[in-house]
Amino acid sequence: MKAWIAFWNILVKDMRSYYLKPPNISWGLLFPLVWIAMFFIRSGLGMDSLPNLLPGLVALSILFGTTSVLSVTVTFEKKGRSFERLLLAPISLETLMLAKTSGAILFGTINALVPIFIAMFLIDLSAINWVVLFPAMVFIAVSSTFLGLFIAVSVKEVFEAQTFSNFFRFPMIFLCGLFFPIEQLPIWLKPLSYILPLTYGADVLHASINNSGKIPLVLDFILLIAFCVVLFLVTLRNIGRKWII
Amino acid sequence: MNDTIAVVNLSKRFADVQAVSDLSFNISKGELFGFLGPNGAGKTTTINILTGLARPDNGTIMIGGMDCSQKHRAAQHLIGVVPDESNLYPELTGFDNLCFCGALYGMPRQERQNKAQELLKVFGLEEAANRKFGGYSKGMKRKLTIAAGIIHEPQILFLDEPTTGLDVASARQLRQLISDLHKNGTTIFLTTHYIEEAQRLCNRIAFIVSGHIVKIDTIENLLQPFQNIHVVQIICADTDEKIHHRLANSFPDMNFIFVRKDIIRIEADKPILAGAVVRFLEEQEIEVYEAKRITPSLEDVFVQITGIEADAMKKEKSGMGGKT
Repeated sequence: MKAWIAFWNILVKDMRSYYLKPPNISWGLLFPLVWIAMFFIRSGLGMDSLPNLLPGLVALSILFGTTSVLSVTVTFEKKGRSFERLLLAPISLETLMLAKTSGAILFGTINALVPIFIAMFLIDLSAINWVVLFPAMVFIAVSSTFLGLFIAVSVKEVFEAQTFSNFFRFPMIFLCGLFFPIEQLPIWLKPLSYILPLTYGADVLHASINNSGKIPLVLDFILLIAFCVVLFLVTLRNIGRKWII
Repeated sequence: MNDTIAVVNLSKRFADVQAVSDLSFNISKGELFGFLGPNGAGKTTTINILTGLARPDNGTIMIGGMDCSQKHRAAQHLIGVVPDESNLYPELTGFDNLCFCGALYGMPRQERQNKAQELLKVFGLEEAANRKFGGYSKGMKRKLTIAAGIIHEPQILFLDEPTTGLDVASARQLRQLISDLHKNGTTIFLTTHYIEEAQRLCNRIAFIVSGHIVKIDTIENLLQPFQNIHVVQIICADTDEKIHHRLANSFPDMNFIFVRKDIIRIEADKPILAGAVVRFLEEQEIEVYEAKRITPSLEDVFVQITGIEADAMKKEKSGMGGKT
Protein backbone atom coordinates (compact mmCIF):
# COMPACT_ATOMS: atom_id res chain seq x y z
CA MET A 1 0.00 0.00 0.00
CA LYS A 2 2.81 2.40 0.98
CA ALA A 3 4.59 1.69 -2.30
CA TRP A 4 1.38 2.44 -4.18
CA ILE A 5 1.02 5.78 -2.40
CA ALA A 6 4.57 6.65 -3.44
CA PHE A 7 4.00 5.36 -7.00
CA TRP A 8 0.78 7.34 -7.46
CA ASN A 9 2.22 10.56 -6.07
CA ILE A 10 5.35 10.38 -8.24
CA LEU A 11 3.10 9.88 -11.27
CA VAL A 12 0.75 12.74 -10.31
CA LYS A 13 3.67 15.09 -9.56
CA ASP A 14 5.29 14.36 -12.92
CA MET A 15 2.02 14.80 -14.79
CA ARG A 16 1.43 18.16 -13.12
CA SER A 17 5.03 19.39 -13.22
CA TYR A 18 5.96 18.28 -16.72
CA TYR A 19 3.42 16.57 -18.94
CA LEU A 20 0.34 18.73 -18.36
CA LYS A 21 2.19 22.02 -18.75
CA PRO A 22 0.77 24.13 -21.60
CA PRO A 23 3.93 23.97 -23.76
CA ASN A 24 3.86 20.20 -23.62
CA ILE A 25 0.17 19.97 -24.42
CA SER A 26 0.55 22.31 -27.36
CA TRP A 27 3.59 20.29 -28.50
CA GLY A 28 1.51 17.13 -28.23
CA LEU A 29 -1.18 18.64 -30.45
CA LEU A 30 1.01 20.60 -32.82
CA PHE A 31 3.52 17.91 -33.59
CA PRO A 32 1.09 15.36 -35.08
CA LEU A 33 -0.80 18.14 -36.87
CA VAL A 34 2.34 19.39 -38.61
CA TRP A 35 3.37 15.89 -39.63
CA ILE A 36 -0.12 15.13 -40.96
CA ALA A 37 -0.11 18.34 -42.99
CA MET A 38 3.41 17.73 -44.30
CA PHE A 39 2.83 14.17 -45.47
CA PHE A 40 -0.65 14.98 -46.72
CA ILE A 41 0.65 17.73 -48.99
CA ARG A 42 3.75 15.75 -50.01
CA SER A 43 1.77 12.67 -51.09
CA GLY A 44 -0.55 14.66 -53.40
CA LEU A 45 -3.11 11.86 -53.13
CA GLY A 46 -5.58 13.77 -51.02
CA MET A 47 -7.64 11.92 -48.42
CA ASP A 48 -6.73 8.55 -49.91
CA SER A 49 -3.21 8.93 -48.55
CA LEU A 50 -4.35 9.22 -44.93
CA PRO A 51 -4.83 5.52 -44.09
CA ASN A 52 -1.27 4.89 -45.30
CA LEU A 53 0.10 7.84 -43.36
CA LEU A 54 -1.74 7.11 -40.13
CA PRO A 55 0.55 4.35 -38.75
CA GLY A 56 3.58 6.58 -39.20
CA LEU A 57 1.91 9.57 -37.58
CA VAL A 58 0.72 7.52 -34.62
CA ALA A 59 4.20 6.06 -34.13
CA LEU A 60 5.92 9.44 -34.41
CA SER A 61 3.53 11.03 -31.94
CA ILE A 62 4.31 8.32 -29.43
CA LEU A 63 8.05 8.27 -30.05
CA PHE A 64 8.54 12.02 -29.72
CA GLY A 65 5.96 12.41 -26.95
CA THR A 66 7.65 9.86 -24.73
CA THR A 67 11.35 10.33 -25.35
CA SER A 68 11.41 14.14 -25.47
CA VAL A 69 10.03 14.83 -22.02
CA LEU A 70 11.24 11.84 -20.04
CA SER A 71 14.91 11.96 -21.00
CA VAL A 72 15.04 15.68 -20.21
CA THR A 73 13.13 15.59 -16.92
CA VAL A 74 15.05 12.68 -15.47
CA THR A 75 18.37 14.30 -16.43
CA PHE A 76 17.14 17.61 -15.00
CA GLU A 77 16.12 16.03 -11.69
CA LYS A 78 19.37 14.09 -11.49
CA LYS A 79 21.40 17.21 -12.07
CA GLY A 80 19.36 19.22 -9.53
CA ARG A 81 19.76 16.34 -7.08
CA SER A 82 16.02 16.11 -6.47
CA PHE A 83 16.25 12.60 -7.93
CA GLU A 84 18.19 11.65 -4.79
CA ARG A 85 14.95 12.15 -2.84
CA LEU A 86 13.36 9.43 -4.93
CA LEU A 87 16.36 7.13 -4.54
CA LEU A 88 16.14 7.58 -0.74
CA ALA A 89 12.46 6.60 -0.63
CA PRO A 90 11.74 3.16 0.84
CA ILE A 91 10.45 1.73 -2.43
CA SER A 92 12.14 -0.65 -4.82
CA LEU A 93 14.10 0.75 -7.73
CA GLU A 94 11.70 -1.06 -10.07
CA THR A 95 8.64 0.65 -8.53
CA LEU A 96 10.39 4.00 -8.58
CA MET A 97 11.36 3.79 -12.24
CA LEU A 98 7.94 2.46 -13.27
CA ALA A 99 6.39 5.44 -11.47
CA LYS A 100 8.77 7.83 -13.24
CA THR A 101 7.98 6.31 -16.63
CA SER A 102 4.20 5.95 -16.23
CA GLY A 103 3.66 9.64 -16.93
CA ALA A 104 5.56 9.41 -20.20
CA ILE A 105 3.71 6.25 -21.21
CA LEU A 106 0.36 7.94 -20.57
CA PHE A 107 1.45 11.11 -22.36
CA GLY A 108 2.75 9.15 -25.36
CA THR A 109 -0.41 7.07 -25.63
CA ILE A 110 -2.68 10.12 -25.42
CA ASN A 111 -0.45 11.83 -28.00
CA ALA A 112 -1.05 8.90 -30.35
CA LEU A 113 -4.78 9.45 -30.13
CA VAL A 114 -4.47 12.95 -31.59
CA PRO A 115 -3.83 11.93 -35.24
CA ILE A 116 -6.48 9.21 -34.94
CA PHE A 117 -8.95 11.74 -33.58
CA ILE A 118 -8.22 14.14 -36.44
CA ALA A 119 -8.45 11.32 -39.00
CA MET A 120 -11.89 10.40 -37.65
CA PHE A 121 -13.25 13.58 -39.16
CA LEU A 122 -11.53 13.11 -42.50
CA ILE A 123 -11.78 9.44 -43.46
CA ASP A 124 -13.67 6.28 -42.68
CA LEU A 125 -11.87 4.40 -39.89
CA SER A 126 -14.27 1.46 -39.71
CA ALA A 127 -11.60 -0.90 -41.06
CA ILE A 128 -9.31 -0.28 -38.10
CA ASN A 129 -8.85 -3.23 -35.75
CA TRP A 130 -9.05 -1.31 -32.46
CA VAL A 131 -8.43 -4.39 -30.34
CA VAL A 132 -4.99 -4.67 -31.87
CA LEU A 133 -4.35 -0.94 -32.29
CA PHE A 134 -4.75 0.08 -28.63
CA PRO A 135 -2.38 -2.52 -27.14
CA ALA A 136 0.05 -1.68 -29.94
CA MET A 137 -0.03 2.00 -29.01
CA VAL A 138 0.56 1.16 -25.36
CA PHE A 139 3.46 -1.19 -26.07
CA ILE A 140 5.09 1.27 -28.47
CA ALA A 141 4.71 3.93 -25.75
CA VAL A 142 6.26 1.62 -23.15
CA SER A 143 9.22 0.66 -25.34
CA SER A 144 9.81 4.29 -26.43
CA THR A 145 9.58 5.47 -22.83
CA PHE A 146 12.09 2.89 -21.68
CA LEU A 147 14.33 3.97 -24.55
CA GLY A 148 13.99 7.55 -23.24
CA LEU A 149 14.89 6.33 -19.75
CA PHE A 150 17.89 4.46 -21.13
CA ILE A 151 19.02 7.70 -22.79
CA ALA A 152 18.46 9.72 -19.60
CA VAL A 153 20.59 7.36 -17.58
CA SER A 154 23.33 7.39 -20.21
CA VAL A 155 23.90 11.16 -20.19
CA LYS A 156 24.82 13.77 -17.59
CA GLU A 157 23.63 17.06 -19.08
CA VAL A 158 20.14 18.06 -20.15
CA PHE A 159 21.30 19.15 -23.63
CA GLU A 160 23.02 15.80 -24.08
CA ALA A 161 19.69 14.08 -23.46
CA GLN A 162 18.12 15.87 -26.45
CA THR A 163 21.08 15.22 -28.73
CA PHE A 164 21.36 11.59 -27.73
CA SER A 165 17.58 11.14 -28.18
CA ASN A 166 17.84 12.30 -31.78
CA PHE A 167 20.71 9.90 -32.35
CA PHE A 168 18.20 7.10 -31.76
CA ARG A 169 14.97 8.69 -32.97
CA PHE A 170 15.72 9.87 -36.48
CA PRO A 171 17.46 6.73 -37.79
CA MET A 172 14.67 4.70 -36.18
CA ILE A 173 11.94 6.62 -38.04
CA PHE A 174 13.49 5.81 -41.41
CA LEU A 175 14.57 2.27 -40.67
CA CYS A 176 11.48 0.88 -38.95
CA GLY A 177 9.33 0.55 -42.07
CA LEU A 178 6.89 3.34 -41.28
CA PHE A 179 7.52 5.42 -44.38
CA PHE A 180 9.83 3.17 -46.43
CA PRO A 181 9.18 -0.57 -46.64
CA ILE A 182 12.00 -2.52 -45.02
CA GLU A 183 12.18 -4.73 -48.12
CA GLN A 184 13.28 -1.70 -50.14
CA LEU A 185 16.16 -0.86 -47.83
CA PRO A 186 19.74 -1.81 -48.87
CA ILE A 187 20.58 -5.28 -47.70
CA TRP A 188 23.23 -4.05 -45.26
CA LEU A 189 20.65 -1.82 -43.50
CA LYS A 190 18.01 -4.48 -43.06
CA PRO A 191 19.54 -6.18 -40.00
CA LEU A 192 19.55 -2.80 -38.31
CA SER A 193 15.79 -2.48 -38.88
CA TYR A 194 15.13 -5.74 -37.11
CA ILE A 195 16.91 -4.72 -33.92
CA LEU A 196 14.67 -1.68 -33.48
CA PRO A 197 11.57 -2.01 -31.28
CA LEU A 198 9.68 0.47 -33.45
CA THR A 199 9.93 -1.90 -36.43
CA TYR A 200 7.60 -4.33 -34.67
CA GLY A 201 5.38 -1.53 -33.36
CA ALA A 202 5.09 -0.08 -36.86
CA ASP A 203 4.21 -3.50 -38.26
CA VAL A 204 1.33 -3.89 -35.78
CA LEU A 205 0.14 -0.38 -36.63
CA HIS A 206 0.18 -1.24 -40.34
CA ALA A 207 -1.66 -4.47 -39.60
CA SER A 208 -4.33 -2.87 -37.40
CA ILE A 209 -4.94 0.22 -39.55
CA ASN A 210 -4.39 -1.02 -43.13
CA ASN A 211 -4.26 -4.79 -42.68
CA SER A 212 -0.81 -4.64 -44.26
CA GLY A 213 1.46 -6.14 -41.58
CA LYS A 214 4.43 -8.22 -42.72
CA ILE A 215 5.23 -10.07 -39.49
CA PRO A 216 2.82 -12.31 -37.53
CA LEU A 217 1.08 -10.21 -34.88
CA VAL A 218 1.94 -12.58 -32.06
CA LEU A 219 5.62 -12.33 -32.95
CA ASP A 220 5.37 -8.52 -33.12
CA PHE A 221 3.90 -8.35 -29.62
CA ILE A 222 6.33 -10.91 -28.18
CA LEU A 223 9.28 -8.96 -29.57
CA LEU A 224 7.86 -5.60 -28.41
CA ILE A 225 7.40 -6.97 -24.89
CA ALA A 226 10.91 -8.46 -25.02
CA PHE A 227 12.35 -5.06 -26.01
CA CYS A 228 10.45 -3.42 -23.13
CA VAL A 229 11.75 -5.91 -20.60
CA VAL A 230 15.34 -5.79 -21.86
CA LEU A 231 15.43 -1.97 -22.03
CA PHE A 232 13.96 -1.69 -18.52
CA LEU A 233 16.36 -4.22 -17.01
CA VAL A 234 19.40 -2.71 -18.74
CA THR A 235 18.37 0.74 -17.53
CA LEU A 236 17.90 -0.49 -13.95
CA ARG A 237 21.35 -2.06 -14.10
CA ASN A 238 22.79 1.21 -15.45
CA ILE A 239 21.12 3.20 -12.66
CA GLY A 240 22.64 0.81 -10.13
CA ARG A 241 26.06 1.17 -11.72
CA LYS A 242 26.06 4.88 -12.54
CA TRP A 243 23.87 6.54 -9.95
CA ILE A 244 24.46 4.39 -6.87
CA ILE A 245 28.21 4.23 -7.19
CA MET B 1 23.01 -4.18 21.85
CA ASN B 2 21.65 -0.63 21.82
CA ASP B 3 23.47 0.54 18.69
CA THR B 4 21.23 2.06 16.05
CA ILE B 5 24.12 2.33 13.61
CA ALA B 6 27.17 0.07 13.66
CA VAL B 7 29.88 0.51 11.05
CA VAL B 8 32.94 -1.70 10.82
CA ASN B 9 35.94 -1.18 8.54
CA LEU B 10 34.04 0.87 5.97
CA SER B 11 36.08 1.82 2.91
CA LYS B 12 35.27 3.51 -0.36
CA ARG B 13 37.48 4.51 -3.26
CA PHE B 14 36.61 6.74 -6.24
CA ALA B 15 39.10 6.14 -9.07
CA ASP B 16 42.44 7.18 -7.57
CA VAL B 17 40.97 8.85 -4.47
CA GLN B 18 40.49 6.88 -1.26
CA ALA B 19 37.37 8.68 -0.02
CA VAL B 20 37.03 6.82 3.28
CA SER B 21 39.26 4.20 4.77
CA ASP B 22 38.55 1.62 7.49
CA LEU B 23 35.93 3.67 9.28
CA SER B 24 34.53 1.99 12.37
CA PHE B 25 32.05 3.56 14.74
CA ASN B 26 28.70 2.97 16.36
CA ILE B 27 25.86 5.25 17.29
CA SER B 28 23.49 4.50 20.14
CA LYS B 29 19.76 4.97 20.01
CA GLY B 30 18.84 8.60 20.67
CA GLU B 31 22.43 9.82 20.37
CA LEU B 32 23.49 12.95 18.51
CA PHE B 33 26.72 11.91 16.85
CA GLY B 34 28.92 14.41 15.05
CA PHE B 35 31.32 13.87 12.16
CA LEU B 36 33.72 16.78 12.24
CA GLY B 37 36.28 17.37 9.54
CA PRO B 38 37.37 19.67 6.75
CA ASN B 39 35.86 19.69 3.28
CA GLY B 40 36.82 16.56 1.36
CA ALA B 41 37.44 14.56 4.54
CA GLY B 42 34.85 11.93 3.59
CA LYS B 43 31.84 13.13 5.56
CA THR B 44 29.34 13.23 2.69
CA THR B 45 30.67 9.98 1.23
CA THR B 46 30.03 8.31 4.59
CA ILE B 47 26.46 9.65 4.68
CA ASN B 48 25.88 8.57 1.08
CA ILE B 49 27.02 5.05 1.87
CA LEU B 50 24.95 4.83 5.04
CA THR B 51 21.83 6.10 3.30
CA GLY B 52 22.14 3.84 0.26
CA LEU B 53 23.19 6.46 -2.28
CA ALA B 54 26.63 4.90 -2.64
CA ARG B 55 28.05 1.42 -2.26
CA PRO B 56 30.94 0.61 0.04
CA ASP B 57 33.96 -1.25 -1.28
CA ASN B 58 34.48 -2.98 2.04
CA GLY B 59 33.05 -3.07 5.52
CA THR B 60 29.81 -3.87 7.24
CA ILE B 61 26.94 -1.54 8.02
CA MET B 62 24.13 -2.33 10.42
CA ILE B 63 21.28 0.16 10.67
CA GLY B 64 18.38 -0.49 13.02
CA GLY B 65 19.50 -4.10 13.28
CA MET B 66 19.48 -4.61 9.52
CA ASP B 67 22.55 -5.51 7.52
CA CYS B 68 22.88 -2.79 4.87
CA SER B 69 26.28 -3.89 3.60
CA GLN B 70 24.82 -5.80 0.66
CA LYS B 71 21.18 -4.69 0.72
CA HIS B 72 22.15 -1.06 0.97
CA ARG B 73 18.55 0.21 0.77
CA ALA B 74 17.22 -2.14 3.46
CA ALA B 75 16.85 0.49 6.19
CA GLN B 76 15.50 3.36 4.14
CA HIS B 77 12.14 3.32 5.91
CA LEU B 78 13.96 4.13 9.17
CA ILE B 79 15.99 7.07 7.98
CA GLY B 80 15.54 10.67 7.00
CA VAL B 81 18.19 12.56 5.09
CA VAL B 82 18.94 16.26 4.86
CA PRO B 83 21.61 16.64 2.17
CA ASP B 84 24.25 19.36 2.12
CA GLU B 85 22.35 21.12 -0.68
CA SER B 86 18.63 21.84 -0.64
CA ASN B 87 17.23 19.45 -3.22
CA LEU B 88 13.48 19.88 -3.18
CA TYR B 89 11.41 20.59 -6.28
CA PRO B 90 11.62 24.25 -7.32
CA GLU B 91 8.34 24.11 -9.23
CA LEU B 92 6.33 22.88 -6.23
CA THR B 93 5.17 25.02 -3.32
CA GLY B 94 6.59 24.49 0.16
CA PHE B 95 3.41 22.69 1.23
CA ASP B 96 3.34 20.47 -1.87
CA ASN B 97 7.01 19.61 -1.47
CA LEU B 98 6.42 18.41 2.09
CA CYS B 99 3.32 16.46 1.11
CA PHE B 100 5.20 14.84 -1.78
CA CYS B 101 8.08 13.83 0.49
CA GLY B 102 5.58 12.36 2.97
CA ALA B 103 3.94 10.42 0.15
CA LEU B 104 7.30 8.91 -0.82
CA TYR B 105 7.26 7.24 2.60
CA GLY B 106 3.71 5.99 2.11
CA MET B 107 1.99 8.49 4.41
CA PRO B 108 -1.78 8.73 3.74
CA ARG B 109 -3.03 12.03 2.32
CA GLN B 110 -4.65 13.48 5.46
CA GLU B 111 -1.72 12.48 7.67
CA ARG B 112 0.89 14.05 5.42
CA GLN B 113 -1.14 17.21 4.96
CA ASN B 114 -1.54 17.62 8.73
CA LYS B 115 2.13 16.94 9.31
CA ALA B 116 3.15 19.36 6.55
CA GLN B 117 1.05 22.13 8.14
CA GLU B 118 2.55 21.37 11.53
CA LEU B 119 6.12 21.47 10.23
CA LEU B 120 5.55 24.68 8.29
CA LYS B 121 4.38 26.23 11.55
CA VAL B 122 7.34 24.85 13.56
CA PHE B 123 9.82 26.13 10.98
CA GLY B 124 8.11 29.52 10.67
CA LEU B 125 7.25 28.98 7.02
CA GLU B 126 3.46 29.18 7.26
CA GLU B 127 3.25 32.35 5.21
CA ALA B 128 5.44 30.88 2.48
CA ALA B 129 3.53 27.59 2.37
CA ASN B 130 1.92 28.31 -0.98
CA ARG B 131 4.94 29.93 -2.58
CA LYS B 132 7.13 27.96 -4.95
CA PHE B 133 10.27 26.49 -3.39
CA GLY B 134 12.37 27.99 -6.19
CA GLY B 135 11.54 31.47 -4.88
CA TYR B 136 12.57 30.79 -1.26
CA SER B 137 15.60 32.41 0.35
CA LYS B 138 18.57 30.19 1.21
CA GLY B 139 17.58 29.99 4.89
CA MET B 140 13.98 29.13 4.03
CA LYS B 141 15.14 26.48 1.59
CA ARG B 142 17.33 24.92 4.25
CA LYS B 143 14.51 24.88 6.78
CA LEU B 144 12.08 23.29 4.33
CA THR B 145 14.71 20.71 3.36
CA ILE B 146 15.07 19.74 7.00
CA ALA B 147 11.28 19.64 7.37
CA ALA B 148 11.13 17.34 4.32
CA GLY B 149 13.72 15.08 5.94
CA ILE B 150 11.66 14.60 9.07
CA ILE B 151 8.07 14.64 7.78
CA HIS B 152 7.86 10.85 8.08
CA GLU B 153 9.25 11.00 11.63
CA PRO B 154 12.36 8.91 10.97
CA GLN B 155 14.09 7.06 13.80
CA ILE B 156 17.45 8.12 12.41
CA LEU B 157 18.21 11.47 10.84
CA PHE B 158 21.26 12.22 8.70
CA LEU B 159 22.13 15.91 8.58
CA ASP B 160 24.88 16.86 6.16
CA GLU B 161 26.32 20.31 6.96
CA PRO B 162 22.90 21.64 8.02
CA THR B 163 23.91 25.24 8.75
CA THR B 164 26.40 25.85 5.95
CA GLY B 165 25.61 29.04 4.09
CA LEU B 166 23.02 30.29 6.56
CA ASP B 167 22.91 33.66 8.27
CA VAL B 168 23.49 33.82 12.01
CA ALA B 169 19.83 33.94 13.03
CA SER B 170 18.75 31.07 10.76
CA ALA B 171 21.70 28.94 11.85
CA ARG B 172 20.88 29.50 15.51
CA GLN B 173 17.24 28.64 14.90
CA LEU B 174 18.23 25.48 13.06
CA ARG B 175 20.55 24.39 15.86
CA GLN B 176 17.65 24.79 18.27
CA LEU B 177 15.47 22.65 16.01
CA ILE B 178 18.14 19.96 15.80
CA SER B 179 18.46 20.06 19.56
CA ASP B 180 14.70 19.67 19.95
CA LEU B 181 14.63 16.71 17.57
CA HIS B 182 17.37 15.09 19.62
CA LYS B 183 15.47 15.69 22.83
CA ASN B 184 12.46 13.99 21.28
CA GLY B 185 14.51 10.83 20.86
CA THR B 186 15.63 10.97 17.22
CA THR B 187 19.06 9.47 16.61
CA ILE B 188 21.03 12.07 14.68
CA PHE B 189 24.15 11.70 12.56
CA LEU B 190 25.44 15.20 11.90
CA THR B 191 28.35 16.22 9.72
CA THR B 192 29.83 19.65 10.05
CA HIS B 193 33.05 21.57 9.68
CA TYR B 194 32.00 24.07 12.34
CA ILE B 195 33.74 23.09 15.55
CA GLU B 196 31.56 25.20 17.84
CA GLU B 197 28.45 23.69 16.27
CA ALA B 198 29.67 20.18 16.94
CA GLN B 199 30.64 21.08 20.50
CA ARG B 200 27.28 22.72 21.16
CA LEU B 201 25.08 19.96 19.71
CA CYS B 202 26.76 16.57 19.85
CA ASN B 203 27.06 13.89 22.51
CA ARG B 204 30.01 12.26 20.77
CA ILE B 205 32.25 13.38 17.98
CA ALA B 206 34.47 11.68 15.45
CA PHE B 207 37.27 13.73 13.90
CA ILE B 208 37.62 12.68 10.29
CA VAL B 209 40.60 13.74 8.18
CA SER B 210 41.44 12.45 4.70
CA GLY B 211 38.97 9.58 5.01
CA HIS B 212 40.28 8.35 8.38
CA ILE B 213 38.73 8.71 11.82
CA VAL B 214 41.56 10.08 13.92
CA LYS B 215 39.67 10.39 17.19
CA ILE B 216 36.23 9.47 18.45
CA ASP B 217 34.90 10.24 21.92
CA THR B 218 32.45 12.22 24.02
CA ILE B 219 32.96 15.98 24.30
CA GLU B 220 33.85 15.60 27.98
CA ASN B 221 36.48 12.96 27.29
CA LEU B 222 37.93 14.93 24.40
CA LEU B 223 38.27 18.00 26.60
CA GLN B 224 39.58 16.05 29.63
CA PRO B 225 43.32 16.37 28.81
CA PHE B 226 42.82 20.12 28.66
CA GLN B 227 40.91 20.40 31.94
CA ASN B 228 44.06 20.87 34.01
CA ILE B 229 45.72 23.25 31.61
CA HIS B 230 45.40 26.94 32.37
CA VAL B 231 45.57 29.30 29.43
CA VAL B 232 45.93 33.07 29.27
CA GLN B 233 46.10 35.05 26.07
CA ILE B 234 47.81 38.42 25.95
CA ILE B 235 47.34 40.90 23.14
CA CYS B 236 50.11 43.51 23.14
CA ALA B 237 52.40 45.59 20.95
CA ASP B 238 54.78 43.63 18.69
CA THR B 239 57.33 41.49 20.52
CA ASP B 240 60.65 40.12 19.30
CA GLU B 241 62.97 37.17 19.96
CA LYS B 242 64.70 39.03 22.82
CA ILE B 243 61.46 39.48 24.73
CA HIS B 244 60.51 35.86 24.06
CA HIS B 245 63.75 34.66 25.70
CA ARG B 246 63.38 37.00 28.64
CA LEU B 247 59.80 35.83 29.25
CA ALA B 248 60.81 32.19 29.13
CA ASN B 249 63.70 32.80 31.52
CA SER B 250 61.67 34.91 33.95
CA PHE B 251 58.69 32.54 34.13
CA PRO B 252 60.15 29.02 33.77
CA ASP B 253 56.95 27.30 34.98
CA MET B 254 54.94 28.72 32.12
CA ASN B 255 54.87 27.70 28.49
CA PHE B 256 54.83 30.66 26.09
CA ILE B 257 53.41 30.26 22.61
CA PHE B 258 53.92 33.26 20.35
CA VAL B 259 50.86 32.99 18.11
CA ARG B 260 51.76 36.22 16.34
CA LYS B 261 54.13 39.05 17.14
CA ASP B 262 51.30 40.71 19.06
CA ILE B 263 49.60 37.64 20.55
CA ILE B 264 51.15 35.57 23.32
CA ARG B 265 49.46 32.43 24.57
CA ILE B 266 50.54 31.22 28.00
CA GLU B 267 49.88 27.67 29.16
CA ALA B 268 50.61 26.27 32.60
CA ASP B 269 49.48 23.38 34.75
CA LYS B 270 48.63 25.70 37.65
CA PRO B 271 46.70 29.01 37.75
CA ILE B 272 48.52 31.75 35.87
CA LEU B 273 49.17 35.07 37.54
CA ALA B 274 48.65 37.18 34.45
CA GLY B 275 49.37 40.40 36.33
CA ALA B 276 53.02 39.44 36.81
CA VAL B 277 53.48 38.79 33.10
CA VAL B 278 51.70 42.01 32.17
CA ARG B 279 53.91 44.03 34.54
CA PHE B 280 57.00 42.31 33.14
CA LEU B 281 56.03 43.21 29.58
CA GLU B 282 55.31 46.81 30.54
CA GLU B 283 58.72 47.02 32.22
CA GLN B 284 60.14 45.92 28.84
CA GLU B 285 58.21 48.83 27.30
CA ILE B 286 55.75 46.52 25.57
CA GLU B 287 52.29 47.99 25.75
CA VAL B 288 49.64 45.42 26.78
CA TYR B 289 46.14 45.86 25.40
CA GLU B 290 44.37 42.83 26.77
CA ALA B 291 44.99 39.81 28.96
CA LYS B 292 42.27 37.18 29.28
CA ARG B 293 41.82 33.67 30.59
CA ILE B 294 40.87 31.19 27.93
CA THR B 295 38.82 28.07 28.56
CA PRO B 296 40.17 25.28 26.40
CA SER B 297 37.63 24.34 23.74
CA LEU B 298 37.03 21.55 21.27
CA GLU B 299 38.88 23.71 18.78
CA ASP B 300 42.09 23.26 20.82
CA VAL B 301 41.50 19.52 20.94
CA PHE B 302 40.83 19.38 17.20
CA VAL B 303 43.92 21.41 16.34
CA GLN B 304 46.11 19.30 18.60
CA ILE B 305 44.83 15.96 17.30
CA THR B 306 44.49 16.70 13.59
CA GLY B 307 47.11 19.38 13.11
CA ILE B 308 44.56 21.32 11.05
CA GLU B 309 44.22 24.95 12.06
CA ALA B 310 40.68 25.92 13.01
CA ASP B 311 40.84 28.89 10.66
CA ALA B 312 41.36 26.51 7.76
CA MET B 313 38.15 24.71 8.71
CA LYS B 314 36.23 27.97 8.76
CA LYS B 315 37.44 28.81 5.27
CA GLU B 316 36.41 25.45 3.86
CA LYS B 317 33.09 26.58 2.51
CA SER B 318 32.02 29.91 1.24
CA GLY B 319 28.94 30.13 3.44
CA MET B 320 28.75 32.22 6.57
CA GLY B 321 27.79 29.21 8.60
CA GLY B 322 25.94 31.20 11.15
CA LYS B 323 28.71 31.28 13.70
CA THR B 324 27.41 32.79 16.87
